[in-house]
Amino acid sequence: MTGPLGKDLLALEPLTAEQINLVLDTAEPFKEISERAIKKVPTLRGATIVNLFFEASTRTRISFEFAEKRLSADTVNVASSGSSVQKGETLVDTARNLEAMRIDMVVIRHGASGAAQFLAERIESNVINAGDGTHEHPTQGLLDLLTLRDHFRRLAGVKVCICGDVLHSRVARSNIWGLKKLGAEVAVCGPRSLMPNAIDELGVTVFDRVEDAIQWADALNILRLQLERMTAGYIPSLREYNRVFGVTRERLEKAPKDVLILHPGPMNRGVEIDSDVADGPHSVILDQVTNGVAIRMAVLYLLAGGNPKLAEAAKGGAA
Amino acid sequence: MTKPLVLRGGRVVDPSQGRDEVADLVIENGKITGAGRNQGAPEGAEIVDCAGLVVAPGFIDVHCHLREPGREDVETIASGARAAAAGGFTAVCAMPNTDPVTDNQAAVGFIVRQAQRANAARVYPIGAISIGQKGETLAEFGEMVGAGAVAVSDDGKPVASAQLMRSALEYARTFGIPVADHCEEPTLAKGGAMNEGLVSARLGLKGIPSEAEEIMAIRDILLARRTGGHVHLCHMSTRGSVELIRWGKERKIGVTAEVCPHHLSLTEAEVEGYDTNAKMNPPLRTADDVAALQEAVKDGTIDVIATDHAPHHYDEKEREFADAPNGIVGLETALAVNVHWLVASGIIGLPTLVDRMSCGPARIFHLPGGTLRAGSIADVTVFDPAAKWTVDPAAFRSKGRNTPYAGRTLTGRVHATIVGGELIHRLAR
Repeated sequence: MTGPLGKDLLALEPLTAEQINLVLDTAEPFKEISERAIKKVPTLRGATIVNLFFEASTRTRISFEFAEKRLSADTVNVASSGSSVQKGETLVDTARNLEAMRIDMVVIRHGASGAAQFLAERIESNVINAGDGTHEHPTQGLLDLLTLRDHFRRLAGVKVCICGDVLHSRVARSNIWGLKKLGAEVAVCGPRSLMPNAIDELGVTVFDRVEDAIQWADALNILRLQLERMTAGYIPSLREYNRVFGVTRERLEKAPKDVLILHPGPMNRGVEIDSDVADGPHSVILDQVTNGVAIRMAVLYLLAGGNPKLAEAAKGGAA
Repeated sequence: MTKPLVLRGGRVVDPSQGRDEVADLVIENGKITGAGRNQGAPEGAEIVDCAGLVVAPGFIDVHCHLREPGREDVETIASGARAAAAGGFTAVCAMPNTDPVTDNQAAVGFIVRQAQRANAARVYPIGAISIGQKGETLAEFGEMVGAGAVAVSDDGKPVASAQLMRSALEYARTFGIPVADHCEEPTLAKGGAMNEGLVSARLGLKGIPSEAEEIMAIRDILLARRTGGHVHLCHMSTRGSVELIRWGKERKIGVTAEVCPHHLSLTEAEVEGYDTNAKMNPPLRTADDVAALQEAVKDGTIDVIATDHAPHHYDEKEREFADAPNGIVGLETALAVNVHWLVASGIIGLPTLVDRMSCGPARIFHLPGGTLRAGSIADVTVFDPAAKWTVDPAAFRSKGRNTPYAGRTLTGRVHATIVGGELIHRLAR
């Protein structure tokens, strides 16, 4: 059975605005479940879900696992260490073996761009991309959209600047597509050595200086700077990165209006973001984490064939 | 001794003599003995009806990977030579990135002997520029040429050291062989999986900028100017490279160049969906690059079309895009791709196509063939320039199945391949 999103959620680029809004709307009733004393509904009872993580992840893996468990699915976590993957098994063999165990869904995190699509084309189960290489991280994009929508009510016309290592960021790509489809104005800011060469062709504004981005933006989504970018020669030092591109309180105080602060985590405090910004009054970083569970519940529900109109009923346990 | 052959009534296209007319071609004792209208048949001759077909000097591929020794599971010299014959190639040049590397006279001799046993298309070995293709010490060009090598190349790996390339160009002059270079500036291209541009930015794949090729192309051209050597630039893929080659040729520098059928027909858009059969090095580029390369084939800036035939096991291609090996098979689709995208579309005529696939390769690599002149070796390709067929990799003679053309209907089909007067391939009717 194929729901309104299709068989899989691999990326936000191919989705329509209607599909994205559908996920955000479906997430709303699921938010409440996590506020209950008994955080569980029977919606996915009997469904088997494998969380296949070929890259280390804490936040995303736990968020998916909570979403699955709160919907009463049976879940198995496979991490690359200790599995046959470490013994040199190919992704296609891993996929076939999972399929042979008659599972219903796979959540995959993988270091290679396109790995989720590769898997989706080879198995019948629903596949959810939990981050593939430097391509996309669609549920992160969706939870960022939900967090922005919670704050601004609607995304059309909202100015969002994505700051940092856009070149290597799957979060940036999912955000760019999702925000553009919902009518937001999108900019990026960071050193050009961490921007795709074709960034202008993606239809975003590029700021070379973070001060200019702060003047312009309603919200900043600040990407984690992978520490290995320095040794690979993309930037000279973390110290200089913070001095030139870091989002600091001093810089934010010069903004003409309050700027909402998002970060997909994990943060490097004192590098891309200063602590008093991360912990400050305009930070919604922990709201993002909370919304992540609701978004993943909504995605699981919709891919499993759930009727979006019944999402409200599903939370009551009727579905 | 094989029977004499008469190729009756075909359109004889032989740019080496400026010939393009309906005629008979007579072959005796492995040589072309006559060409003209209403040629009499020698006693016992086999008559091949070529009405409606093109009779051309045999195609020569100056760039293919036959994988033997080392990876006989993906191709052997015999399977590669049969694939070549099925694709209309009467001769191919085998690149030395085998295992072990073809970097000495014994290794070259092995390929020559395996090719003789195969008894299909001729196979000319290309020796390595450096021992083990490590880019450090020159291999023994003289001994390799003595054993049958026709050129040297470290193809698959760029010659990173400008000094080594300079020495190779100088040293090769004694033997009159081209030094074929895989132009790729290694630090710029490192980790790259496709062309750098909008598609790579969207797919999150590391890009290889055009400049990685162009920087090495101009380095090689300048070194050819300095040394007076002959540099042959392999598989050119960008508009910038075409402009640099044109610049070099205008100055009479010893540079020749090749382009692959896939770079004349496909763009980076093929990578959408992470199709590993669209992964090769150099990568598929933009429509603008394709147009520039087509123009360069037309005006002769690019001398030859070569396949870069690179078979891989299907398991190796069935994996994450960034980890999949580079390359596609090309011997059995080259003619059809070229006819379809260059001739049927009106960009070049058949004489130019035959020149770039036969006369040009023979001329720049100093090989026999490339002509139907009386007295020359009878290496001949007969093809139907209008026939449409659908590419079915399962029918390939090559062991490789990795092609982006699978299922496509193309124009132009090989009917017969004749090597040394012997019909080594005929299209089953």
